[in-house]
Amino acid sequence: MTTHRTIAFTLNGNPVTVHAGNHQNLVELLQGQGLFGARESCAQGLCGCCTVIVDGQAVSGCLTMATLVDGADVRTIEEPQAGEGGLDAVQQAFIETGAFQCGFCTPGFILMTRQLLDAHPDPTDDEIRHYLAGNLCRCAAYPEIIKAVRLAAKKRGG
Amino acid sequence: MATTLGKSNSGSAFGRSIPRVEARAKVTGKAEYVHNLRLPGMLHGKVFRSTVAHARIKGIDVSAARELPGVHAVYTAADIMKLVPDPHYGPAFHDQPVLAVDKVRHVGEPVALVLAADPHVAEAAAQMIAADYEELPAVFDEVEAMTSKAVVHEVLKPAGTFPDLKHLKGKRDTNIALDFHLRRGDVQKAFATADHVFEHTFRTQQVLHVPLEPFVTVADPTPNQLVIHTASQSPSFVRIEIARLLGWPENRVRVKVPYLGGGFGAKLYIKLEALVAIAALLAGRPVKISLTMEEQFYQITKHAATLRIKSGVSKDGKILARECEVWWNGGAYADIGPRVTQKSGFTAPGPYDIEHVAIDSYALYTNLPAAGALRGFGIPQLVWAYESHTDMIAKALDIDPLAIRRKNILKEGRPQATGTLMRDAGIEQVLERLAQRMQWEKAFDRGSDRLRRGRGIAIGFKASISPTTSVAIVNVSADGSVMVNCSTVDMGQGSDTAMAQVVAEALGVPVESVTLVHPDTDVTPYDMATLGSRSTFHMGHAVRLAAEDARDKLMKLAQEVGLSAETTPIPDIFRKKYGMQAGNIVGVGSFIPSYAPPDAQGQTDNATPFWMIGATGAEVEVDTETGEFKVTRLVNLVDVGRPVNPAIVETQISGATLMQLGFTLSERMDFDAGQVTNASLADYKIPGIRDVPAVMENEAVDMVQQTGPFGAKGVGESGTFGVSPAIASAIDDAVGVRLTSLPLTAEAVYRGLRANAGRPLED
Repeated sequence: MTTHRTIAFTLNGNPVTVHAGNHQNLVELLQGQGLFGARESCAQGLCGCCTVIVDGQAVSGCLTMATLVDGADVRTIEEPQAGEGGLDAVQQAFIETGAFQCGFCTPGFILMTRQLLDAHPDPTDDEIRHYLAGNLCRCAAYPEIIKAVRLAAKKRGG
Repeated sequence: MATTLGKSNSGSAFGRSIPRVEARAKVTGKAEYVHNLRLPGMLHGKVFRSTVAHARIKGIDVSAARELPGVHAVYTAADIMKLVPDPHYGPAFHDQPVLAVDKVRHVGEPVALVLAADPHVAEAAAQMIAADYEELPAVFDEVEAMTSKAVVHEVLKPAGTFPDLKHLKGKRDTNIALDFHLRRGDVQKAFATADHVFEHTFRTQQVLHVPLEPFVTVADPTPNQLVIHTASQSPSFVRIEIARLLGWPENRVRVKVPYLGGGFGAKLYIKLEALVAIAALLAGRPVKISLTMEEQFYQITKHAATLRIKSGVSKDGKILARECEVWWNGGAYADIGPRVTQKSGFTAPGPYDIEHVAIDSYALYTNLPAAGALRGFGIPQLVWAYESHTDMIAKALDIDPLAIRRKNILKEGRPQATGTLMRDAGIEQVLERLAQRMQWEKAFDRGSDRLRRGRGIAIGFKASISPTTSVAIVNVSADGSVMVNCSTVDMGQGSDTAMAQVVAEALGVPVESVTLVHPDTDVTPYDMATLGSRSTFHMGHAVRLAAEDARDKLMKLAQEVGLSAETTPIPDIFRKKYGMQAGNIVGVGSFIPSYAPPDAQGQTDNATPFWMIGATGAEVEVDTETGEFKVTRLVNLVDVGRPVNPAIVETQISGATLMQLGFTLSERMDFDAGQVTNASLADYKIPGIRDVPAVMENEAVDMVQQTGPFGAKGVGESGTFGVSPAIASAIDDAVGVRLTSLPLTAEAVYRGLRANAGRPLED
């Protein structure tokens, strides 16, 4: 009932070639690669748990068909970072400010925060709330997340 | 420097804001959740669910589903019963079938299960199943359920584990799953002589937990054991209940729980586990079921409730007598609802010193999705009612909201409604600190003509579930590193970190040398469950006792080999004894607090091992032209004893508060004939980052729980207590509109404004 086709893309800097089902989404494709940091939760692109960076842009992995990343540059939360201990300033800031509880939504917030700080190195509170409005945290670590974004901006020299 | 048992070497681990022990795993997306688990040969299950609220099942046609290529099996109750003749489970009542047997009792009830290696095939096949129903009259409202001719269960089947449910065994033609009564003094007589008698009725809506990791369970039938990997808050209960269903000894069922992507009370007792376990045994292969977000809306919810409170009050505001009637909408299956009815029921009069009290609290079956425990175990519903009632009385008597609370507050050493004397309950401290932080006695900016400002305060309290048991093992390796085996589930509350801190403190070793063994019933001992803010107190004691036991044994070992345990590095003690890096020291701790069950009048001198206190102050700004309002400031005060980890405690307070803010302002399950019409995050609005009030302050007052581990007690729920009534009172303070139903919406405020102006809107 399904068809597959071969696609090639770059995953966290490494070239990969896979058979992707035409019914599969990007989250399922990544699961097949042993990557579980992008998580399907609401399945409607509303919670941000499945955030993946495709060609430099944050997308909802649950709404992105797997075959669409053919030829793309795909980056996930698992990608090792240049900072201390393989963590970047955003990840370090999330740890230092305690900006998560259960951690299920955390990869999405971190990826989105990186995109925010790339666009706005020294964001205002409004910009922080605007950028992160599409990520939900049921533990509601939002006050700590805002602190983490500010700390990460400082660490990155914004 | 090598670790010794000398405390001076390590500094205090307790009371420090260290980062969570699993922080790195969580920021790299590598924390372990059941969600990640794939096993060789694993099948995915998809559930076919009822579309009607109450019906007899005349037939289920699974032929088309079975024929779909790729489908491994399709099961109905008939298949389940080949393995388990009576496939009903539940913590309070054995009322919930693994798959519907003869009848369905709510929309969304599991009726059949499809297994396939490809989840998409399973889903397609599930859509090919058809069921034929003979519909029955349904009941949805909890008050109607008291007298309704529509009866959800023909006969009540209490599980036998709770003595106060035994009298319900075999009872027929009733929807009352528990009635709890408390009598203290003579309420009627006091009403007759009181200067004023006030009576109000309040409503709360049905909402749900929405953990972002939806329910997920994997069962793996190995040759010697059934291994269940599950996102559960109660691994010990899952093992016991699955073993009971299968008629197996406990040690043939192994339950493993990694991190949870949120729990909030949803993932308690048995949820998917029975179905997945039996399906795996029938299929002879590993089976995984992951619910979708939509399916979560039919799994477990929070009780809607109707609450009637009547108070006799003197003209100067002293509350003399209070009568509370509470009807809890438990949905189609009891789950833990009867405990909510009783354990929360007895605090229904609030944290006030009232001589005459009468409480009647009823757990009702209805044809809605089941209700269970949700962060507060019924307390937020009660506080909503009694604190709104308090402010309505204060307004009628023209008494300040703080003054009426000060006049009636339940003080240390005074008896609560059960007769239990209050101990280490910082009710007054929390109230006074809240008043200070709100600057209550100073002038308040009441806004302009169109934008009016108001403020409100509310305070609530909660008893711990009692009596419950926790057991723990502390295992010291020959290099001095320490492992803690405990079945407390870290679902985000930070229990791994807290337990590591308690063990480090008790052993006198650095917290970095302590790791947690995640719940695995083969190696982590019994724990009642991770619920009701009980873990810090109960498991905290168990791991403390286990650490002290290990410490004593290490001391003895050092003595035996002629070394000083205080100054000798731990590895040297082992090396001297065993001649090499070898051996273990295993300490064991078990904890159950003392408890006295209530008598027929609901009276006991020992209702709870500790009290949780939470209060909130709110400031709001209301647009008098539209009814829209903004919560501009929330101040949250709690008594958590000595915080184990102040930073994590603050996150728990603010997280609980913001969750309750969702239940107060935006969340409500909408139903049409029992069908949830907003079962998605697009239509059911949980708080996002923009919903956080501009000013939020959280504080744990300076208190010590004398009976707690190093002075600590639970924290997970206290932040929820005061939020809803504080905001409702602030709205009333701003514009004179008193809302008595949750959620508080702009529409309701606007209707109130129009009614006050003599121009009411039509319904």
